[in-house]
Amino acid sequence: MLVYLLRRIAQSVFVALAMMVIVFFGIYMIGNPIDILISPDATPAEIEETMVRFGFDQPIWQQFVTFIGNAVQGDLGRSFVHGESAVTLILHYMPATLELAALGLFFSVLIGVPLGVYAGYKADKWQGKAIMTGSIFGFSLPNFWVGMLLILVFAVELRWLPSTGRGDTVEVLGMRLSIFAPGGLQYMILPAITLALYKASLVTRLARAGTQEALTQDFVKFARAKGLSETRILFVHVLKTIMIPIITVLGLELGSMIAFAVVTETVFAWPGMGKLLIDSILTLDRPVIVAYLMMTVLIFIVINLVVDIVYTILDPRVRVTGEAT
Amino acid sequence: MTLRFLRLTTLAVVTALPALPALAQELRIGIASEPSSADPHFHNVGPNNQLRRNFFESLVGADENQKLYPKLAVSWKPLDDTRWEFKLREGVTFSDGSPFDAYDVVYTLCRIPGVPDSPSLFTTYTKAARDVEVPDPMTLIVHTDAPYPLLPTEFSTWGIISAKANGVDGAAIDFSPDGCGDIAYPATQAFNDGTAAIGTGPFLLDSFRRGEGVDLVRNPTYWGDAAPWEKVSMKPLTSDGPRVAALFAGDVDFIEKPPLQDLARIAGQDGLQVVQGISNRVIYLHMDHAQEPSPMITGTDGKNPLKDVRVREALSLAINRDAIVARIMDGVAVAAGELLPAGMFGAHEDGDMPPAPYDPDRAKALLTEAGYPNGFGITIGSPNDRYINDAQVAQAVAQMWSRLGVTTDIDAVTASTFFSRRNKYEFSVYLAGWGSGTGEMSSPLKALLATRDTDRGYGGTNRGQYSNPDLDAVLTEALATVDDTKRQELLREASRIGMADWAILPLHFEVTPWAMTDKVTYIPRVEQYTLPYFIKPAE
Repeated sequence: MLVYLLRRIAQSVFVALAMMVIVFFGIYMIGNPIDILISPDATPAEIEETMVRFGFDQPIWQQFVTFIGNAVQGDLGRSFVHGESAVTLILHYMPATLELAALGLFFSVLIGVPLGVYAGYKADKWQGKAIMTGSIFGFSLPNFWVGMLLILVFAVELRWLPSTGRGDTVEVLGMRLSIFAPGGLQYMILPAITLALYKASLVTRLARAGTQEALTQDFVKFARAKGLSETRILFVHVLKTIMIPIITVLGLELGSMIAFAVVTETVFAWPGMGKLLIDSILTLDRPVIVAYLMMTVLIFIVINLVVDIVYTILDPRVRVTGEAT
Repeated sequence: MTLRFLRLTTLAVVTALPALPALAQELRIGIASEPSSADPHFHNVGPNNQLRRNFFESLVGADENQKLYPKLAVSWKPLDDTRWEFKLREGVTFSDGSPFDAYDVVYTLCRIPGVPDSPSLFTTYTKAARDVEVPDPMTLIVHTDAPYPLLPTEFSTWGIISAKANGVDGAAIDFSPDGCGDIAYPATQAFNDGTAAIGTGPFLLDSFRRGEGVDLVRNPTYWGDAAPWEKVSMKPLTSDGPRVAALFAGDVDFIEKPPLQDLARIAGQDGLQVVQGISNRVIYLHMDHAQEPSPMITGTDGKNPLKDVRVREALSLAINRDAIVARIMDGVAVAAGELLPAGMFGAHEDGDMPPAPYDPDRAKALLTEAGYPNGFGITIGSPNDRYINDAQVAQAVAQMWSRLGVTTDIDAVTASTFFSRRNKYEFSVYLAGWGSGTGEMSSPLKALLATRDTDRGYGGTNRGQYSNPDLDAVLTEALATVDDTKRQELLREASRIGMADWAILPLHFEVTPWAMTDKVTYIPRVEQYTLPYFIKPAE
């Protein structure tokens, strides 16, 4: 087990390093950040001086060596645009993304599970078919379009909810969150629904399949024979058995929700990490992009590692020899 | 909902204080680009400069047409060829209560060259000051190496911070243009968290939160007229669609840069209006005057046709600027005949320098005369996300040139890639824009047309490598002429030299739109800034 764990960690470190090299050199090839950051009025001498100050006058391999040297000591560099440590900057934006992802996840379960169970229960009736057809839209409608449509309907026409931005925040465990603030939650509803729509469709499909399977099993027959109401059978007994695969899938999806909420955050001007990433790419803010993607790699590696380990514990058929993945 | 609330509170204030002018309560603005810091000297870039004007002020003010007016200095005049004297305003205090005097200006001049991690320092606008003298606390004398007429203009671009508030005795500073020795300066972070945001401006910085926006409150002790708003929030809404939606939804009262295609819809909506005005930004095509062969020209056996003035004229005459303005820009632009709009300093009077006429026959004749009867192939480089409809404009020019016989492609890429490639001289022709930071003609001439010269700071953005000793000479003379009338005439002459040589092809001046509720008014500004102090409640 220990050997397996070590091997996995070594693999992960390799992935993170490869990522770092690709991103670092990739961004270097796009262009020179000073070209867009410096005031157009700057004289050639000032441009030269700024290049030297940021170390851009050095050959790329030397910049990379410096970067690696600092990274080993835990310093991923300072943002060219904000003059702040890239990691600090990401941590500043992180709570907004985490709470949005959490609410999105909550909505996807809230919408997806009842619909899925009902669709499974009425699998051959028109209700079940209608839900399944509807879930196709959830899969296929592009995020930015759904977001704009929600803004048009609920913010512009009905004026029930604010259109964009983040509302009030409160400090919870050192993080500024708006989910618990009275004037904050209303700002989260539309973006969270946008984010949840795809996952909700996924959950609907999983729940339907699970329910259909569960309904044929003996414990359901027994419950019916015992005279329990259909509602109770569905939403207590069946629900319990189908939640395991749903939770596994959602756990994995959470990673992508945190790392790639870029589109939703842009449409709703939500000040999360995705927006930071987009802005950083547009200004070639290399330290922030590298740090962000490193962190993304880290999130996925940790989640995958945890899932692998949990599988080996839960399912003895998965061998811990390393070829299991 | 919130809008209705705002109306009610305004109404309440009006009825409660019938004798006083109604001071409105809160203004919510959706801004198109986010400032990277609240530090006034960290990054010389539009969004930051716009933000700093709310709480830090400069010696000299620049109005909506970039004309200078007294701000923290009540008057200024040249004492002789190398000395400018500024008389400062009495009775101004910083928001912590410390009085403003000339030592604060010296302290600010000292901080500017050494702001750590700054991606673009303000030294561009301070380096002319080689020495300073403070004969009395309300008088500042600035020494320059040579006659320097632009000093007051350049001193309108940076905000002044307090020496006392930062624990420094200004009178003890030993000034040197490259930093003044070991003095304590506030860190950039201290401005962002508000502790060092101590200025003289009409607003106080309430909070600066990355991604979420900036909150301002009225400065109750402002020396000028009190700001019309108790509270101002500026939210970064960087995507066009959501920004317009926020205005329609009533979540903001005012937005910057509504997209052109939405202007008619906004203006047609009850309760909303659009205000627009010409900007100091010219959109131009710059051509490769130096490389042979030029990287993106084909069919000329290695020759660079752009070195021939007849070819440059032909290319200009083949462009139908009025059609571009009418169809691509929806009329929200003004065709350009030089690099700065009429009425600004150094530009010609309206009508004296008209845009080049659209004359395809003459263009064809010129091209034949120059030895290219069958044209040649060329590619226009252009950004596709930097200026209003930039790639579409390049596309339109390409079609017009192709009609002339010059087979034209476009290479439109995102701004970060475009500027890097342009600066490596990868384009034979490129489309870009220039906003005159100083609001007068020397800015575009010096940057775009003067021969590249690191010592004199000429030609910083002259990526066509144009070089004309006549133009350089007239410009240099202008930059050393303190007399305004004479300087204006010299700048006009330099502009005429450049335009007569078809050195650069101006296309149009951008017109900047703002959209807002009909409860407020705004006077358009040529430098495209959104300044809440000048957003007034409608009468």
